[in-house]
Amino acid sequence: MDLIAHSPSIDPNQRSADVRSLPTAQPLVETQDVTVKFNDRPALQGVNLAVRSGEVVTLIGPNGSGKTTLIRVLGGLIRADAGAVAKRKGLRIGYVPQRTHIRPSLPMSVARFLALGGKVGKADVADALAEVGVDDLANASVHRLSGGEFQRIALARALMQRPDLLLLDEPAQGVDVAGQAQLYQLIDRLRRERGLGVVLSSHDLHLVMAATDRVVCLNGHVCCVGSPASVANDPAFRGLFGEAAAALAIYRHDPAHDHNHDHGPHTACDHDHHH
Amino acid sequence: MLDTFILYALAAGVGVALVAAPLGCFVVWRGLAFFGDALAHSALLGLAFGIALGVAPGAAVLAFAVLFALALAGLERFGPLASDTLLGILAPSLLAAGMIAATLLPGARVDLLGALFGDVLAVGPVDLAWIYGGGLVVLASLAWLWRPLIAATADADVAAVEGIAVGRLNLALLLLLALTVALAVKVVGVLLIGALLVIPAATARSLARSPEGMAGTAAATGVLAVVLGLAASFAWDLPAGPAIVLAAALLFAFSLAASGRAQAA
Repeated sequence: MDLIAHSPSIDPNQRSADVRSLPTAQPLVETQDVTVKFNDRPALQGVNLAVRSGEVVTLIGPNGSGKTTLIRVLGGLIRADAGAVAKRKGLRIGYVPQRTHIRPSLPMSVARFLALGGKVGKADVADALAEVGVDDLANASVHRLSGGEFQRIALARALMQRPDLLLLDEPAQGVDVAGQAQLYQLIDRLRRERGLGVVLSSHDLHLVMAATDRVVCLNGHVCCVGSPASVANDPAFRGLFGEAAAALAIYRHDPAHDHNHDHGPHTACDHDHHH
Repeated sequence: MLDTFILYALAAGVGVALVAAPLGCFVVWRGLAFFGDALAHSALLGLAFGIALGVAPGAAVLAFAVLFALALAGLERFGPLASDTLLGILAPSLLAAGMIAATLLPGARVDLLGALFGDVLAVGPVDLAWIYGGGLVVLASLAWLWRPLIAATADADVAAVEGIAVGRLNLALLLLLALTVALAVKVVGVLLIGALLVIPAATARSLARSPEGMAGTAAATGVLAVVLGLAASFAWDLPAGPAIVLAAALLFAFSLAASGRAQAA
């Protein structure tokens, strides 16, 4: 069960050291002091985040903390009201939104849905479906899928873009525990084999930590950043998640391996001091 | 023996049905039925202005439809009212304005009944050239934009991240819809254009398993409705436009019954 500490393939510190030595170590995407407002209410304030190849970054935070907004900013779907977003030239992004609602009036098979992203052959579709473990669904109607099945299909579609960066908004939602474990294994394999950068959001604290290099706690602003283990010990994190954070203690990292602990500009996740 | 005007009517009806079918599918997929109605209702105003200014009515209707399509494109971003509420205000207002403009013209030069319900039996070679020339433009554009349009219809956000210019595509779709409205006015009139867009597409839904299949089935349904409607119009001396729409509605009812039976079986 000790997923963080003893899984060498996803040791966050080792990995970032590898990546930094490569010429591609410049970030895939980087936000600088990004602020987004909805009707004058700030949804994100002064967010700095850089994502590199082969790195899995997890955004956690309560509902309304700006996780989805930040992912949409990274995907270019929302323009920042202040600050800047720099993307590597020619960056290819695969995006899985929190929920996809295809109107029932639009008849569509799974294979067709996958092919919407560009000209692809049948073999590509079959490969992508096999990769996410639902190769038997190619001819099914997208309207008959369960929530978990659709999440996998959406991920397969994103993978067909041959992305450099994968943006997954709550990918574990509606997926059972076994499915979640498979999902995080897949994410881990993708970043190892293809060097993908991955940004995902979650409010589930347990499984997500296992496959993550860096955790970013959001609450409108960045409250704390670091390796899963260091963040779990962070008072800001505990302030944000209370009881749930205490439960995480069972995954606590050996402090000796805890190199990567760095704080964001704020040490507390209290939203009120902004008003 | 078939007279020329019957052949013209048939050719015009079939042409409009073929163009309206795929666009009607997008209207159904994207929930644009109200929008199509508002566009169609603006056509009466265009017709009246065209006659007042001495411009070809087809060109005036097209200009007005394009103008309204552009104006309505920004509608979703309009305060707390839902877009169907706004369209529910705009569509009848446009119709009322068109009606008043038409009656203000000296000498009652607008054939109101024809404008409202269509006058397909009065179609001439010039109208046919309009319908087939314009129709070809619409269908060629749709074929060219088909894949990205379907992608943007299924999930606009994912399509946008994948690099599709969703905003420009939406605008293109509205302009094609405006052109289709302008082509269809003569055949079914401003009040019934919406039906020609929506009913064949809705009929095709239960039979289709792919977007293309639905567009093709809608086209076949529309053509069949035109043939049946015109036949009924001749046999029983019915107004042609309404007869076509009723034929389409009957086909829809049959498709419901058929798919209900298929599900029960």
